[in-house]
Amino acid sequence: MQQTRRNVLRLGWSMGLLAAFGAALLKPGRALAAWNKGAFEAKTVAEGMKALGISGAEESKDIVIRAPDIAENGAVVPIDITSNIAGTTAISVFIEKNPFPYTGSFDFSQGAVPFVHLRAKVGESTPVRVVAAAGGRFYTAAKEVKVTIGGCGG
Amino acid sequence: MRRAIVLALAAAPWLQAAAQAEDPVAAEFDKFRAVLEQDNPAELFEAKGEELWKKPRGPKNASLEKCDLGLGPGVVKGAYARMPRYFADVDRVMDAEARIVHCMIALQGYTYAELAKAPFSNANRTPDPVSIATYVAAQSAGLKLAAPQGHARERAAYAAGEELFFYRAGPYDFSCASCHGVDDKRIRTQPLPNFTKPAQAIRAVQGWPGYRMTGGVMHTLQWRMNDCFRQQRFPEPGYGSEMVSALLTYLTVNANGQAYRGPGIKR
Amino acid sequence: MADPMKIRANLQGDVADVRVLMAHPMETGQRRDGAGKTVPLHFIQSISATLNGKPVFSADISQAISRNPVFAFKVKGARAGDTIAITWTDNKGETRTDQAVVRAGS
Repeated sequence: MQQTRRNVLRLGWSMGLLAAFGAALLKPGRALAAWNKGAFEAKTVAEGMKALGISGAEESKDIVIRAPDIAENGAVVPIDITSNIAGTTAISVFIEKNPFPYTGSFDFSQGAVPFVHLRAKVGESTPVRVVAAAGGRFYTAAKEVKVTIGGCGG
Repeated sequence: MRRAIVLALAAAPWLQAAAQAEDPVAAEFDKFRAVLEQDNPAELFEAKGEELWKKPRGPKNASLEKCDLGLGPGVVKGAYARMPRYFADVDRVMDAEARIVHCMIALQGYTYAELAKAPFSNANRTPDPVSIATYVAAQSAGLKLAAPQGHARERAAYAAGEELFFYRAGPYDFSCASCHGVDDKRIRTQPLPNFTKPAQAIRAVQGWPGYRMTGGVMHTLQWRMNDCFRQQRFPEPGYGSEMVSALLTYLTVNANGQAYRGPGIKR
Repeated sequence: MADPMKIRANLQGDVADVRVLMAHPMETGQRRDGAGKTVPLHFIQSISATLNGKPVFSADISQAISRNPVFAFKVKGARAGDTIAITWTDNKGETRTDQAVVRAGS
């Protein structure tokens, strides 16, 4: 699975797939197309990315992910994502070790700043991976979040 | 003089280090709990509680707006920070939730039996007193705790609460003090504050009522006491009982003078 | 009808810092209730926001988003007095829209 993921990231981006992802963002009214069942039901990051038409994502330090190193409770993990890549139109979030890693996409193409704060269920210690779409290309970064069995009380 | 100052300054970092021998994990948790508390789902329950306070309900079709929380009928602001307290109309000390339950009975016509039947939140339901307690508590956010000790019964409640705190019972011979009566105890990643000390006693009451991340439910101090008893393998305490009010008197008075931060987010 | 959202929108320059609390169980379909029965999948799937009626932000999310979701996002070109409206739709087709006025300062 690791190997497949690395291969996906190494592939040159395909105009066709990119057009599909890009076109999905251009529908009037709601920028995102219909809820992507294939991506949301994918059991791996690679399959999820494929279903979203993401390929050739290059590692970028300009995607800033702020999340706890150790989560107090995996049921509510606060994650702040900022993309400083010029022209970011959308970001997608994958919680790699969750049963269904693809957690959501956030669209900024209609006048929102490329920033989102979200709170997610994280089942076990895992990288939280973000992909940003900008200027017809994909960029990615990840942050490790550890989840432990906490304690007893308040 | 200068030497004295230099020595004092030199000593300070050592004092700092000792005070912050605190767990880095706990510090990390506190940092992100602050992020979570900035936008707290507890506010949804606070909004619901305000609605329940103002809406005519129950067999008597009355609102709670005449409920006296200790500062006069209908005065909600600052009331939570000044509880538990003695109420002459019932001749006993009551904590906030016990008092809300009393008002729901006296003003709206509900019965204790129906309110005590299933008084704690679960995934499907948040009982009305919990939402109302969240609303009431929010109106004391940031205020200094000032649970009164002017009345003899209030002092008696403190003494009873203290005795309860140290009372060992149950199959494990636990008392509250087993976990919360000594410094530097911990259960896995959770530090256990020492509630006998004022600076740490604040952690007993601040943040409650709290939105508990485990289960995504709203809980109050009545729940917290009940759950502690469960963890100690004690028999279940009476919901809104004098015993629970006494224990809460002990904890709150120990924390008096410090700002109440709440409603909060809890693990 | 689901419980209302709580929305706060505060201006930082010409950007509205929007914070929304949603009331929703976000059931993953994995949880068992007290009786041992599996609680079915029930979660918000999509969110959209408008500024004075014009779409500005949207999101598709999964059941892995926490119960009683909280989101923050930032909308460009906002002014005090503008209206932010947020809509969510869940997998049962239930939907809820709430709105708030953008306030100056924070």
